[in-house]
Amino acid sequence: MTFEAIDTWWWPLVFILIAGWIATDMWRWLGVLMGNRIDDSSEILVYIRSVATALVAAVIAQLIVFPSGALAETPVLLRIAAALSGFAAYIFIGRHVGLGVLAALVVLSAGMALGI
Amino acid sequence: MVAKGMNDESLNPENAGRYWLLKGMREAICLPTFLLMCAFVGFAGLARENGITMLQALVMTSTIWALPACVVLITAISNGATLIAAFIAVTLSSARMMPMAIALIPEMRTKNTRTWVLLLLSHFIAITAWVIALRRFKDVPKQYRTYYFGGLGGTITAINQFVVLGVYLSANSFSPKVLGVLFFLTPIYFLTSLWGSAREVTGKIAMVIGLMIGPYFYLTLPGIDLLATGFIGGTAAYIIGRIWRKQTAKGDA
Repeated sequence: MTFEAIDTWWWPLVFILIAGWIATDMWRWLGVLMGNRIDDSSEILVYIRSVATALVAAVIAQLIVFPSGALAETPVLLRIAAALSGFAAYIFIGRHVGLGVLAALVVLSAGMALGI
Repeated sequence: MVAKGMNDESLNPENAGRYWLLKGMREAICLPTFLLMCAFVGFAGLARENGITMLQALVMTSTIWALPACVVLITAISNGATLIAAFIAVTLSSARMMPMAIALIPEMRTKNTRTWVLLLLSHFIAITAWVIALRRFKDVPKQYRTYYFGGLGGTITAINQFVVLGVYLSANSFSPKVLGVLFFLTPIYFLTSLWGSAREVTGKIAMVIGLMIGPYFYLTLPGIDLLATGFIGGTAAYIIGRIWRKQTAKGDA
């Protein structure tokens, strides 16, 4: 049963609801039911937060190292250098997220303009 | 002054609820939301190129509400995947929602919070709202965090429906180079704000380990790379963090 298996207006929507909505929200609901039993000061929450943080960090690394679209044509070292500059600007100049983002943007655009 | 007054529990709880709901809505208008909007411009462009209709794209955006899962679904559809294959692919990409939900729910639950409210609110859990909530919850009284998160998540979700709508209605698209640069802002935003939202040293260790082993697992364990990074990196970070905390506690004593 593919996306175009049944030639009606509603089948693609059913496909999206099952393969998209249910496949995603079931994890959120499961998380609620499990999180409901955990006290907010318990040690296990430190562990769960650690897992969630490592996971989000993997998403971040993926977006930087293996991006899609026009960004994929820039050299990976330029993107890593831009990310490090952004992070350094954030850490060393007053911890402003906007400043970190701006610094990364400047390094990336400069690199692209110079054709690095 | 107003904010201070509203923190007072003696005030009318209904007014306070509305206050925190509106505050959540207002705080949804921020840099990360703008970055997410840029990412959704790219998503809508991808959807349109793959023959997804406007209605289908809007249903995806509103019901899935996790950008990576939306992209995975579109890729599966354009590859002619069956319903079961598409379901499995999206399930793998969305499994990360569970630890994110487990981490967030205890922070907004009080004795009086009903489970169905949390189940409804959990739909708004995605990286952007999750990171903002973890960072801002400390300034929100616990009994009003559900209101705050509802206002925040609901607004971010609604705004991006309009972004998708706008892309479908506009004839011309953005230059891919500009979009590429805008897409790069998203990981940098997450990188800096996730560091800022880390409560304990464990979170920072988890970030560094996740950043380093994430790309390796992406190449070696495609499909389950995020989960593998989360569990292996998260467990290692927890153990290192625990030893670290014990050492510092000893040093203090």
